[in-house]
Amino acid sequence: MNSPAPILIRATGLTKKYEDFVAVNGIDFSVAKGDSFGFLGPNGAGKSTTMRIIAATLNRSSGSIEILGKDPELHGPQIRAHLGVVPQQDNLDQALTVTENLYVYGRYFGLPKKFIRAKIEELLEFAALEEKRDVKVEALSGGMKRRLTIARALISEPEILMLDEPTTGLDPQARHILWDRLFRLKEQGVTLLITTHYMDEAEQLCDRLIVMDKGSIMAEDSPSGLIKTYSTKEVLEVRFGSDKNALVAGELEALCERIEVLPDRILMYGEDGEHLLHTMKESGLQPLTSLVRRSSLEDVFLRLTGRSLIE
Amino acid sequence: MTNKELERQGSLKIVDTAKIMKYGALFVASARLRTLSKWMISVIAASFANPLFYLLSIGVGIGSFVNAHSTNHTIDGVPYLTFLAPALLAMVAIQDGLSEVTLPTLQGFLWEKNFFAMNATPITGKQIALGTFLAAVTRTFFSVLVYFIVIVAFGAVDSGRSWIAIITAMFASSAFAALMMGITAWAKNSDLLLTFVGRFIVMPLFLFSGTFYPLSSMPIFLQWLGWISPLWHSIELGRYFTYGHHLSGTALALHFGYLLAMLVFGLLFSFNEFEKRLSK
Repeated sequence: MNSPAPILIRATGLTKKYEDFVAVNGIDFSVAKGDSFGFLGPNGAGKSTTMRIIAATLNRSSGSIEILGKDPELHGPQIRAHLGVVPQQDNLDQALTVTENLYVYGRYFGLPKKFIRAKIEELLEFAALEEKRDVKVEALSGGMKRRLTIARALISEPEILMLDEPTTGLDPQARHILWDRLFRLKEQGVTLLITTHYMDEAEQLCDRLIVMDKGSIMAEDSPSGLIKTYSTKEVLEVRFGSDKNALVAGELEALCERIEVLPDRILMYGEDGEHLLHTMKESGLQPLTSLVRRSSLEDVFLRLTGRSLIE
Repeated sequence: MTNKELERQGSLKIVDTAKIMKYGALFVASARLRTLSKWMISVIAASFANPLFYLLSIGVGIGSFVNAHSTNHTIDGVPYLTFLAPALLAMVAIQDGLSEVTLPTLQGFLWEKNFFAMNATPITGKQIALGTFLAAVTRTFFSVLVYFIVIVAFGAVDSGRSWIAIITAMFASSAFAALMMGITAWAKNSDLLLTFVGRFIVMPLFLFSGTFYPLSSMPIFLQWLGWISPLWHSIELGRYFTYGHHLSGTALALHFGYLLAMLVFGLLFSFNEFEKRLSK
């Protein structure tokens, strides 16, 4: 076996308190070089706060954290020199063109002009923005702005690329283009840190995940590991009509390993969804609709918190 | 995959943090000037139009009225236009300096949040403040220079050392801009700030600083407004250098000292507020 990859980020008991609430509550995690590491959780779980602490732009209240072996409170600029940050909201320079945005950002990293010019060509191609190179940012679509923000974060060839909700607000096609780009980076060995409240995104992009809720870590594993531990192989979703769902719940519970009663449907967990449906029908229960699917991270989250990810 | 792809070297190799620590503020300033250059033509046009209109309407218009009604057709011993010109120079410096720091600061923290983008790089809050300030000073210097040329063309300066008024105007402008940049970063609500600054700071400054008539001709209970105003200090110095308005050595030292104190305090205050706001 190869020697284990070096640890780039290590947090112990990391806590961030504001006057009236605890945003991050004593979390421990570590990220190795080349990892694609995800923070999954609903809005307000503490993901973005954690990201800002890692990005050396927000001081922790207690606990310890090291990024590239340094304390962000003492060596902010030295750490930020090796991060590429894609914030939740695009903060591009609206008055400048696509190329100028990349150029100016490269200068903030003190990169030589000649290097930046060559790098811009590569990034325009990567972000599929070659035809928009001289267009002002304000005229770009949401997906293009997002890709430009990611391209901008890559200008310094960062050791760690941090993406906060990278595809929120994008249409499905734009999301898939973005995922493709991020996948390429992952293949190049760039360490990725991603927050998301989309389970499909987490499953697509992350090798390892922590599930966060209310500032704490609920679980940590690979996406498939989490599903294995906290859910069954398959899920049968049935609807009996909103007033009847609760009435049949008791009968259904006896048929499977576990059920979740949601306002509009019931989720039945088991190893074989079709078999479950068959048994249910045999026992005289006829749902209005039924759907068999594989377990997802959504089910993991539901199991861990009793709530769904997207309210 | 593509022919444009460079061989990845990694930030550890290519990013020189020591260089950024040294020159970061200049990178910020040059980015800001790049944005400003997009409006180059309107900036130049405004720089020429503003002094022309002021000098014609007030300097020549009101001037002929004032000259006709004053003893010896002079005010402070010189024609009205000569009296007014250094005050207008100081005023434009202060006004331009003010808008050149408040707008990018509001944009950076509130409207486009691009200060947060800069701060995601090794650039520090202090460097963002200093860079924004330097760009504002550079841009203001351009307006002041044009203004001075127009004033000279109007024959409104009287002495060979009058060019020093450019420096005193820039000095006051920088002091006030530094302070106002800090206040803008400190303020939470941009609309309230702009309204307040416009109506309760800039307007009184403009009106009570002895711009259009000597401050000493105001009742004493209103003169204090001039004493705290950087504009008045700048005007006094400007008049001293353009036409030899009388100032004692002590007065000179006080004017310079007041502006210097404002500049130093303003910058330190801004550095602190920028750092604080970026890490909230």
